[in-house]
Amino acid sequence: MGETILSLQGINKSFGPIDVLHDISLEVKAGEVLCLLGDNGAGKSTVIRLLSGVHQPTSGQMVMDGRPVLFRNPREAADHGIATVHQFGGTFPLMSIGRSFFVGREPTRWFGPLKIYDRKKANEIAVKAVQNFGITRIDDGDRLVGGLSGGERQALAIARAVHFGARVLILDEPTAALGVKQATHVLRIVNEAKRRGLAVIFITHQVMHAMAVGDHFAVLIRGAVAADFRKGEKTREEITDLMAGGASMASLEAEIETYMTTHDGHPPPVSSAAAH
Amino acid sequence: MNSNSALGGLLRRPEAGAFLGLIAVLAFFGVFGGLTFLQPAGMASWMNVAANLGVIAIPVGLLMIAGELDISVGAMVPFGAMTVAVISGHYGMSIWLGIAVTLSFGVLIGLLNGYLVIKTAVPSLIVTLGSLFAVQGIVLGLTVLITKSTSVALKVEGPAKALFGDFVFGGQVQAMVLWWLVIAVGYIYFVHFSRYGNWIFAMGGDKVSARNAGIPTERMTIILFVLSSTSAAFVGMCQAMLYNSAQVAGGQSFIFNAIISVVVGGVLLTGGFGSIIGIFFGTITFAIVNQGIYYTNFDRNWSSLIIGVLLLVAVLMNNTFRKMALSYAPKKGAK
Repeated sequence: MGETILSLQGINKSFGPIDVLHDISLEVKAGEVLCLLGDNGAGKSTVIRLLSGVHQPTSGQMVMDGRPVLFRNPREAADHGIATVHQFGGTFPLMSIGRSFFVGREPTRWFGPLKIYDRKKANEIAVKAVQNFGITRIDDGDRLVGGLSGGERQALAIARAVHFGARVLILDEPTAALGVKQATHVLRIVNEAKRRGLAVIFITHQVMHAMAVGDHFAVLIRGAVAADFRKGEKTREEITDLMAGGASMASLEAEIETYMTTHDGHPPPVSSAAAH
Repeated sequence: MNSNSALGGLLRRPEAGAFLGLIAVLAFFGVFGGLTFLQPAGMASWMNVAANLGVIAIPVGLLMIAGELDISVGAMVPFGAMTVAVISGHYGMSIWLGIAVTLSFGVLIGLLNGYLVIKTAVPSLIVTLGSLFAVQGIVLGLTVLITKSTSVALKVEGPAKALFGDFVFGGQVQAMVLWWLVIAVGYIYFVHFSRYGNWIFAMGGDKVSARNAGIPTERMTIILFVLSSTSAAFVGMCQAMLYNSAQVAGGQSFIFNAIISVVVGGVLLTGGFGSIIGIFFGTITFAIVNQGIYYTNFDRNWSSLIIGVLLLVAVLMNNTFRKMALSYAPKKGAK
């Protein structure tokens, strides 16, 4: 694998009296997918916000290419080549593909004395960038983003990040809102980004999706790294158990199984399961 | 086939509803009022209304595209009128000084509106509702304090009168119509051809993503508020110079009329979608309904009914057209 691009070293983050992250150390290499797993509220989003410059760590440091860095705002993180793609693609549903692709970095050309937005160039580049990621259905840059499927929107956002020189790609639950087929599309795109040598941080709570693309896994529980392991070192059940906070999931499964064997195969009613 | 796709292309644009609405009201008043309102005198009557409204409606529409709202324009119109009248009428100072001070105050209140919106995160409807009343209070209070009256006379002559407050083309069309056309062309460039227009649409689509994409959303928000309040002050100022007097009241009608023009013009209330051409057509449509009623045999009280129905129909049509635009995909080859 490539060399380490970005690492977090002993990061703590608290909002006032509330400690959200505790002693987080992680690293991500070029051409590698780091899967950040964790239940809701485990601190995944806070890690993303630190990486993308929305928040700053309370203590500890971030190191990029061997040098300590501090991102005071999202722009600085972006300038360092860190791109974040959110669940719904972070794109603008009522804008055209070309315009949305180039938001904030519009190509312009001279029209007489006036500088105008170069629609043709923007559409061409945007469509080509998305098609390079294998989404060949997109062939008209004037289409509105809102008319694309969820997977296509993710592809557009990822292609955009790569086009503008991202080296670290943070994907925040990219498959959470998608159907099976669309999710497969997105996972293929993640693999393609990895093949191109990007460092990918893939945040999810779907273990199947993580295992399909991940090289390296970290499980967050209550703001701390509970487990850090590489591909093939743990099974799916073990990871699921870890995410759910250890043994509780296993005991719930056992409980349901016991109930079903004593009740002719019927699952327990919800209230009864909760009462136990 | 070709004409089909051209029609489809038009219908997917934000101004489609406004364009059809305009044709509908033209047909309606053509049938019931004859074509008098398309003759020079009739044209002048609705073009004057459209111009005064349009200069305000475009920046109000831009704010709506960016996901904000400015209703303080209703107070900025009498504010602009009264400022120039007090300085150049009551105190008799140079009209150019009056113009400069009026527009500066317009900029200042716009800055204040924009600053409050970005710093407090209070919805801009509430912020500008506050400034609407505050500015109304200032206008009334200060005017009475200074002039002991609620109406101030203003006599302007020379180039300032010709430029801002006179009639052109033989005495029926206000100079404001020319301002409106020039300003509209400027906005069309700004919004649809320069790169900054893209930023406004992005802000209305998703402000957080826009900021993450590196757009200076706060500065843009302030600029848009400055545009709307300065434009409103400008319209009030020109009206005072045209009619040779200023009143403390009036101007509130601009709030709803501007919003109606903008919405009929195809701007999405929640932001992110719209066009200057659409707002332009929307304003003309509104003005024709507003003035066209005088050329028919109907009682003029019915015009509000027509405007209300027009607004609802326009919004429904615009929703349909927007859905068409969203679901549009070019069909090529076998699929």
